[in-house]
Amino acid sequence: MKEFLAMGGYAVYVWAAYGMTVVVIALNAWAAQRRLRRTLGELKTTAQPEDPARRPTVRKV
Amino acid sequence: MSRWRWFHLLASPPYVYRLAERLAPWIGAASVLALAAGTYGGLVLAPPDYLQGEGFRIIYVHVPSAYIGLMAYVVMASAAACGFIWRIKLAHAVAACTAPVGASFTFLALFTGAVWGKPMWGTYWQWGDARLVSELVLLFLYLGFMLLRSSFDERDKGDRVAAILAAVGVVNVPIIHYSVEWWSTLHQGATMMRLDGPSITLEMLIPLLIMIGAFTLCFAWLILRRLQAEILDRERRTRWVEQLVTGGAS
Repeated sequence: MKEFLAMGGYAVYVWAAYGMTVVVIALNAWAAQRRLRRTLGELKTTAQPEDPARRPTVRKV
Repeated sequence: MSRWRWFHLLASPPYVYRLAERLAPWIGAASVLALAAGTYGGLVLAPPDYLQGEGFRIIYVHVPSAYIGLMAYVVMASAAACGFIWRIKLAHAVAACTAPVGASFTFLALFTGAVWGKPMWGTYWQWGDARLVSELVLLFLYLGFMLLRSSFDERDKGDRVAAILAAVGVVNVPIIHYSVEWWSTLHQGATMMRLDGPSITLEMLIPLLIMIGAFTLCFAWLILRRLQAEILDRERRTRWVEQLVTGGAS
């Protein structure tokens, strides 16, 4: 395990690269989910309950 | 039924929203599995390189992120061009979603390249290397696209003006690809996309292909989720969105 973590002397570089990869992917996923949740939440609070008066009326011609 | 029905469906926001809602969980799960498998293969199973030792393992995050950075730009510019030419709002929405994701992976490619360059070339960065500089230009193109789009009060106008920038910036894509042949200084040449086949052993290549697939799935998931939010935002005044958020039948 210790040998694996040492990465043959390249530990700093290898783990920095993989660490940043985890950070970038995690932040991306978090931001995408948050935006969708927020948009849905915001629309829910502003949405009015169904108003029958606003339904498009169908007229017979 | 017209043979173009699929095309109309893919330009229909409610259809695409529901499609994304159905696809995203599967693509997300597949992406997590592939990322785990690729990371294990790259860090543990692949043999050390005869020249670079264990340091070469950075390839498994560097190449996929560079690939996504480039591929995302082509997706963004094509979507923006479709939106510009045929006035498809959904295409502009796709371009808007792709920009921040593409920018973040381009940043990741630059970062992983820098920490790989330090032990192998002795420097994090060199202004004289065409691959490095053209990749930095790619990042600036993404940022310019995002800034330009958001600098207009009217979304339509921002979409159209930014689309022009995206289309012009496409010239940078072949420059990035061929930079290692045209003005090679530090960055090595192509390893996989060669006429005479990949110059890398299978044990090293397989984890790399898995990682590229995993990053692509991850990219697809991110775009689907962002697109859902973008569609809701742009269609907020429509009946189907109202019904969706109030839980009414659609």
